[in-house]
Amino acid sequence: MRLNPYVELSIGFARTGLTGFGGGPSTIPLIEYEVVKKYKWMSEDEFGDVLALANTLPGPIATKMAAYIGYKVKGGLGAIVAILAHILPSIIALIGLLGVLYAYRHSPIVSGMVLGVTPVIGFMLAEMAYSFYKKGHKGLGLSKMIIFTVISFVTMQIIGIHPGILIGAFLLSAFFIARQKKKAAKTTEVIIERKEKSL
Amino acid sequence: MMYWDLFLAFLISNLLGYGGGPATIPLIQNEVVNNYGWMSLSEFGDLLAIANALPGPIATKLAGFIGYEIGGVLGAIIALAGTILPSAIAVIILFKFVDLFKDSAEVKLMTKSVQPIIAVLLAVMAYQFFLTAFQSSGIIHLLLLTVLSFLTLIKWKIHPSLVIMGALIYGGVFLSGS
Repeated sequence: MRLNPYVELSIGFARTGLTGFGGGPSTIPLIEYEVVKKYKWMSEDEFGDVLALANTLPGPIATKMAAYIGYKVKGGLGAIVAILAHILPSIIALIGLLGVLYAYRHSPIVSGMVLGVTPVIGFMLAEMAYSFYKKGHKGLGLSKMIIFTVISFVTMQIIGIHPGILIGAFLLSAFFIARQKKKAAKTTEVIIERKEKSL
Repeated sequence: MMYWDLFLAFLISNLLGYGGGPATIPLIQNEVVNNYGWMSLSEFGDLLAIANALPGPIATKLAGFIGYEIGGVLGAIIALAGTILPSAIAVIILFKFVDLFKDSAEVKLMTKSVQPIIAVLLAVMAYQFFLTAFQSSGIIHLLLLTVLSFLTLIKWKIHPSLVIMGALIYGGVFLSGS
C-alpha cells in the first residue's frame, strides 16, 4: 500500500537524515536505498545520473539530491518537503544540545569536556584534509598536487588572500586548460586525417 | 543588514565548496570566525564537535545553528536558504541538460583543481585545533587523545558519535581542573 507521496517523501528523507552520520556524502547510499529500492521513485541509472550532475555543482550534496528527487515526485512543494524532512531533525537536536552545553559553559566539567573533544575534532579535520589530498593526488598526479598545495598554502596563509578568490582563479584556469586540451586534440585529429588522405 | 550578511556568508561558502558539505567547513569557518567575527574559533570548534556527533548533513546543521544564534528562527531560515537554494535550484534546472556536461572535461578538471585548496584549508584548521589543545591541556592529553582518535576512528571503525561522547566524558573527568 502506498501512502500520500508527501508523507512518503517526509519519511524517506527524515530516515536518511537521522541515520546518516559523517555529513552528506556518507548519506548517499542510504538515500539511494530509499529512492531506488524502497519507494522506486527512479531507476538506479537515473539516480546515478542525478548524483553525477549534483557532484559537478558546488554546495552540500544531500540537499541537492533531496531537491531533485522531491521535485521529480511532487514538484516544487515536494522538493521543499524532502529538504526540510532531511535537515530539520538534526538542526533542532543541535540547537537543543548546544543550548544545554552553553548554559553550563562556565562549569569546570563542561569546559573540561570541550577540551577533551578538541583533539578529536583536530584529528577528524586532519583526516578530511588527507582524504581531499588523496583525491587530488589521484586526479591531478603527484607533482601538480604538490605544486597546487604549496601555491594554496602560500597565497591563503602567508599572503592572506580570501579562499574564494583562489578557488575562482583555479576554476577559471581549469576550465580554459581543459578547453585548450580539447581543441589541441581536435586539431591533431584533423592533421592526421589530412595526412591519411594525402597518402 | 545582519540578515543580508548571514545570507551572503553562507551563500559564498557553499558556492565555493566543491566536494559536498565537508568541503564547506573551512569556508564557513573563514566567513563566520575570520570575516564577520560572529563566534570565536573555540566556539566554532564546540559547534563542530556536537554537529559531528549528530546525524544529517553537516553544512545545514552549521547554517541552522549559526543562523539561529545570530538572528533567531528567521536567521536560521536565511542562513539555510543561502546554503541550499542556489545548488538545489541549479540541479533541478540543469538536469534537463545533463548530457551536455555530465562527462564534460571542463567540469571534471574544475572539480579536481579545487581539491588542493580544500585540503590546505582543512589541514590549517586541524593544526589550529591541535594548537589550542596543546596550549590548554598540554602535550600528554593531546597525544593520548589523538592516538585514541586514530585507533577508534580509523583502526577499529568505531562510530564517530561514540568517539566524541567518549572524548566528552574523558574531558569532563580528567580535564575539568585545567
